[in-house]
Amino acid sequence: MKCEEIFEALSEYIDEEITIQKCREIEAHLEHCSNCRIVVDTLKKTVALYHAIPAENVPDEVRLRLHKVIRLENGES
Amino acid sequence: MEVLVPTDTELLERIRKGDSDALELLVSRYEDRVYNLAYRMLGNREDAEDVLQDTFMNVIRSLDSFQGRSSFSTWLYRVAANAALTKLRQRSKREKSESEFLDDVYSVKEQAHAGVKLTDWSANPINQLLNEEAQNQMDKAIDELPEIYRVVFVLRDVEGLPASDVADILGLSVAAVKSRLHRARLYLRNRLSAYFSGEAQAP
Ligand SMILES: [Zn+2]
Repeated sequence: MKCEEIFEALSEYIDEEITIQKCREIEAHLEHCSNCRIVVDTLKKTVALYHAIPAENVPDEVRLRLHKVIRLENGES
Repeated sequence: MEVLVPTDTELLERIRKGDSDALELLVSRYEDRVYNLAYRMLGNREDAEDVLQDTFMNVIRSLDSFQGRSSFSTWLYRVAANAALTKLRQRSKREKSESEFLDDVYSVKEQAHAGVKLTDWSANPINQLLNEEAQNQMDKAIDELPEIYRVVFVLRDVEGLPASDVADILGLSVAAVKSRLHRARLYLRNRLSAYFSGEAQAP
């Protein structure tokens, strides 16, 4: 496989959504192509970093306003 | 007596009969997820609050049209994603044009072709990389994504939904979700590479 094809398949590769056959081909390529290896490792790390950002919960005052608006809306209907 | 947690469907039935406690319960169940989606899509609290309110207002007003063909959460995410996209379109654009975005996505391929040695910053542990400044950079990078890439990335990689659900929510094929996701990730990787390798070189 060429770098070109590898490049397009990297997300499916890190999400483990490809066939075993294709996975083996990619891994064989990665063994001797350091740039593709770096792209896959840093891509994986990028996804992991975004996963690791703590979720933004509704601030208390926003929650209060939301429930107030909902009660008003519901009272009208 | 055992206390059963009501399902979404049970709550919806109670809401249709005018039970306002059931409505509050259903909103409480999903408000954090909707807010997080909105916050990551819009990048600030005021817009996120507007999207949160718009989402639940739209949900309440169109409850009668919810047929239950998809799950309630899929339907809710669809309403929320649309509210976020509407808000995004109302404000002045910060994102890149699609052609600029794609040029950037594929710049790494050209670099690799030209024999440039890429920098590997992936060995650094997440807790070391993820400081406040890095998080700001990551938020800014999301803000640069054209909306069709941004919404897919946020649903899939921030909210953690499976690609098939994202496809259902956005009315896209799974293949389209995957290709947009891949481009969004490549773009963000380029951004983070520039940031982290630049930082690594600093004294
Ligand atoms: Zn290669």
